Amino acid sequence: MAEYKGVMVYGELVEGKLSSITTELLGCGRRLADELKEDLLCILVGDKLGEAPKKAIAFGADKVYTAEDPLLKEYQTDSYVAAMEKAAKDISPRILLFGQTSVGRDLAPRLAFRLGVSLSMDCIELSIDSGTKLLQQTRPVYGGNARATFTSEVFPQMATVRQKAMSPLEPNESRKGDITPIKVELDPAKIRTKVLDTVKEEVVGVKLEDAQAIVSGGRGIGGPDGFKQLEELAKVLKGAVGASRPPCDNKWVPDTMQIGLTGKIVTPELYIAVGLSGASQHLAGCSSAKNIIAINKDSEANIFKEARFGVVGDWKQILPAFTEKVKELLAG
Amino acid sequence: MPLNMIVCCKQVLDPEAPPASFKIDPSTNKVIPPPGVPPVVSPFDEQAVEAALRIKDQQGGKITVLSLGNNLLRDVVKKPLSMGADELILLEDEAFEGGDSWSIAYALATAIKKIGEYDLIFCGRQAADWDAGQVGSGIAEILGIPSVTVAKKVEVADGKAKVERVIADGYQVIEVTLPALITVSNELGEARYATLKGIMAAAKKQPAVWKPADIGLEPSKVGAAGQRAKLLKLFQPVKEGKCEIVAADSPAEAGAKLAARLREAKLI
Repeated sequence: MAEYKGVMVYGELVEGKLSSITTELLGCGRRLADELKEDLLCILVGDKLGEAPKKAIAFGADKVYTAEDPLLKEYQTDSYVAAMEKAAKDISPRILLFGQTSVGRDLAPRLAFRLGVSLSMDCIELSIDSGTKLLQQTRPVYGGNARATFTSEVFPQMATVRQKAMSPLEPNESRKGDITPIKVELDPAKIRTKVLDTVKEEVVGVKLEDAQAIVSGGRGIGGPDGFKQLEELAKVLKGAVGASRPPCDNKWVPDTMQIGLTGKIVTPELYIAVGLSGASQHLAGCSSAKNIIAINKDSEANIFKEARFGVVGDWKQILPAFTEKVKELLAG
Repeated sequence: MPLNMIVCCKQVLDPEAPPASFKIDPSTNKVIPPPGVPPVVSPFDEQAVEAALRIKDQQGGKITVLSLGNNLLRDVVKKPLSMGADELILLEDEAFEGGDSWSIAYALATAIKKIGEYDLIFCGRQAADWDAGQVGSGIAEILGIPSVTVAKKVEVADGKAKVERVIADGYQVIEVTLPALITVSNELGEARYATLKGIMAAAKKQPAVWKPADIGLEPSKVGAAGQRAKLLKLFQPVKEGKCEIVAADSPAEAGAKLAARLREAKLI
């Protein structure tokens, strides 16, 4: 049996640069590797990796493996699973971590089944059991109502990690590490999908993931017009507008505005929830906000359990005066 | 060309039940079903049925629904039939209890092999109870067919499916050869309601019930015996619940007062 050693992070590139989730994974992976007294490894897959391998070392990796191939230009399940199968078998890491991203949530499960191992998706906490040295994986379940801690005894132990659940290290450009190319032989005939088009639907203005203030609307907003008032407040706060699932499902706002378990995970300083009951699956996306403010007509609404400040009443009568006063305070 | 489609549907505790009714039994690491709230078909799975029905509406075909569990409520698991699916097969046995993504995907894939003919398999992107999000990809891997996950639109033409796959800042249009497995996300839009005619037709249909031995499943791979992930602990996060309610004589005054409080607290 091969010896499984090291903590390996699957790194993602966005526009040629290491993505923020990758630096977060390296931060978390560094801590786990130090506890195990083993190396932190990083695997990068793509057609042109540029400076990314060096950056991965600056962010904490001891060894970076690179798989470069023109067939890996864009993410496709078949080609990436094949490349990662080869990497996992050649390198045999003890732990293999992915980001809970569009790529991670597609690649990790298929790879886990190919390797015959188990996987925990969307983890918010990872730790090493001091006795068994096994990875303990904690993640939200039941739409955020509960949490579950899992482990497994087949290697590599695999997990995907929620965005912004972990902190990156300060990059240190003078850190030393090895960069090793690995050969993946891909057969184009075995890639059964083709990406015909990529359509960006990003809303203009501040990105939800980067916003320090978010004004978010729920079912209680009642239609697309109400969201214009939320936009006005967001503009005053130099923030972004988000939504829970019902406004997206009802096509009042684009799907890309959805915050929650199946949407975006946000971590602003200020999260103003308007006409939004606080279903667990929504809170899964915003409960890491520093301060939640709730405006809702139902005093029993779950959102008040998460909020620091709240007003009970009809948002249509509350919000204009609130927005006016905020404008006045910020101007003075 | 009429297509053979299979949809995997899971019976789960109603995710829309009030959060306050959610309780865990720490001695068994299991959720206590809230009294008076019946289980439902997991919402993403209902949308997977919807995706299949839209294709059937366009070009005809047959939809077989597969549900796995124990003591499945017929009224719940028959819902896809009342929406317009054609057949229901239940993998129902005590032995299926306590399974993880591995044992569930293995049992479903084995049942699909027994069904034999299929062009498209649909699953929800994740189940509303354990949110594991792996069974669809797992079935595809076991069957050796391609998969496209988190779909919001699926069309079929010339022996290929064209799938809109949701990504963080939009979507990708992906073409995939058939047979393929597709997992469906909420962006597909709401599933249709059951019609009265559909409900009456569903009432008359008897689901086929398959036991592990009927599909040749080795006992070591079923349910809890076949799991590869080990649950250590199931718990509820502690909430502080210290909300300061700002009140005033009128809603507008309350709004202005809230802004003033946020300034005092240095939040704006």
